[in-house]
Amino acid sequence: MTRNLLSGPEPDPARDAGHEDAPPRVGFFTDTSVCIGCKACEVACKEWNAIPEDGLSLSGMSYDNTQGLGSSTWRHVAFIEQSAPADGPPTPAGRTVLPMAGTQPEGPEDAATQGSGSASDMRWLMSSDVCKHCTHAACLDVCPTGSLFRTEFGTVVVQEDICNGCGYCVPACPYGVIEQRPSDGRAFKCTLCYDRLGAGQEPACAKACPTESIQFGPLDELRERAALRVDQLHESGVSEARLYGHHPEDGVGGDGAFFLLLDRPEVYGLPPDPVVTTRDLPAMWKHAGVAALSLVGGLAMSFAAPAVLRGKARR
Amino acid sequence: MVPRAEFGSYYGRPIIKAPSWAARDIAGYFFLGGLAGAGSVLAAGAHLTGRPRTATALKASSLASVTLSAAALVNDLGVPSRFPNMLRVIKPTSPMSVGSWLLSVYGPAAGVAALTAATGRLPRTGVAATTGAALLGPALATYTGVLAADTAVPAWHGAHRQLPYVFAASATAAASGMALVLGPTGENAPATCAAALAAASEQIAIRAAERDLGMVAETYRSGRAGTLLRYAEALTVAGAAGAALLARRSRPAAVVAGLALLAGSACTRFGIFAAGIASAEDPRYTVGPQYAAADVDPSQT
Repeated sequence: MTRNLLSGPEPDPARDAGHEDAPPRVGFFTDTSVCIGCKACEVACKEWNAIPEDGLSLSGMSYDNTQGLGSSTWRHVAFIEQSAPADGPPTPAGRTVLPMAGTQPEGPEDAATQGSGSASDMRWLMSSDVCKHCTHAACLDVCPTGSLFRTEFGTVVVQEDICNGCGYCVPACPYGVIEQRPSDGRAFKCTLCYDRLGAGQEPACAKACPTESIQFGPLDELRERAALRVDQLHESGVSEARLYGHHPEDGVGGDGAFFLLLDRPEVYGLPPDPVVTTRDLPAMWKHAGVAALSLVGGLAMSFAAPAVLRGKARR
Repeated sequence: MVPRAEFGSYYGRPIIKAPSWAARDIAGYFFLGGLAGAGSVLAAGAHLTGRPRTATALKASSLASVTLSAAALVNDLGVPSRFPNMLRVIKPTSPMSVGSWLLSVYGPAAGVAALTAATGRLPRTGVAATTGAALLGPALATYTGVLAADTAVPAWHGAHRQLPYVFAASATAAASGMALVLGPTGENAPATCAAALAAASEQIAIRAAERDLGMVAETYRSGRAGTLLRYAEALTVAGAAGAALLARRSRPAAVVAGLALLAGSACTRFGIFAAGIASAEDPRYTVGPQYAAADVDPSQT
């Protein structure tokens, strides 16, 4: 079978999309081990892209009142409160360990005297989620209007003047990123600040991140940096650190925006091993063809059978 | 104190987003598109084998259902003036693009076939349009299975090998039901036979889908989808059996059997639609099959 561009390794999506003099592919490496949950990325994204307000509600989900990515939320900071792993990293000497609310009812003095060695039994995971700008982007593949397209930077962007609000990209996305804006019907998502990239600027969220949890750059460079960072964390005893979406041979051909996580992906609301749905599209078209032929065959039989029976009856 | 988060999911929130499509519009479109498409094939067969009343009635029913189905699609877009963007490009990777083109060629063919049959004018144009509609009809009836399966929705994508067959069988059941309702008893032997074939194949295809789906098959058996699919099975089987036993002798029995087949087909489409929504809304159905496919035990990672 000839090679298709629907799945598998794809070193240069921009060039295969027709950008002949494409610059190096860019993306995000979000290192959640240094995220402090400040939400500066959410705010910077909303401001730069002039995204409308999308509700002010208290969710009860720790400090996360944004709840998830959507048409009007292109960066989302997740907050997970959980028991710290028993074999977690030792607290560096001299650091004061403060209790979580409700875990140390005795008062602040006890906590202040705990000192090094015994960390609190709770921990917080914070992670800034974003569109993954997949190498094999299902949203782009299934878009019937050509509104979703691959930019010269290898990112995936919606052209809002072409989107007709069919909503097919929404269930196609294996990460639940893209969404139709209820007031408008058209689909919106992160553009990786396409306008800023064109002007040689980094995306607003990366610019605003105070801890460099969100790193922007050429994807190859980010992958090297991420591999070093995960090794460094493993050496210092953070055995649960793992990269997510970095591998060019995973089900979506690798993400343009990938992550360093401290727990299993689904804990952060991420699918553990997503596969682009269009990988199976050639098989689906084949089955549809066979099904269409069986429909014709079945009906032809239905016309032939009574005629044959009548013929026999006459004889 | 903040309640403990349930680990293994992010506060139980879905991972993928369910389509925002209205069931009435999109599941309704699946049903009407199938009825129109398979109806055109039955109409051509009836035309060819000298069953003129059934042929004319089915051509009219195909025109009516394709018109309604196009209206349902445009209605689902919210802003009808955006529809022309559907025909901006031809994209084989987008079943919706393929379907839009299919519908815009099939629709006029079905229209000409119905009008020439009803008026008796331009008989040769009528034959050409009847043939065209019969060639495109099977594609219209089955591509919607690909449309649903080409998503990240676990209950649809997991059944991508079977949905086109389920939809083909369900479309055949609907069209033969329509032929039983509209056609005279003297002409309904092929529809009776087609209904029996369709009912049997639909059950076989759905059972095979449930095997491929693994844990996600729950969504076909429980809740709203489970209820609809149980009705679908009962109505389709009863309709096909009723047609086989009584439709040749009694006109009222044929009409009742035909209506049962039509209702059964609609229940199948709405049931599969509901199973998809249920599977998208529960993160278990996204996470479980992915670990199963990678053959990884999540507790070991």
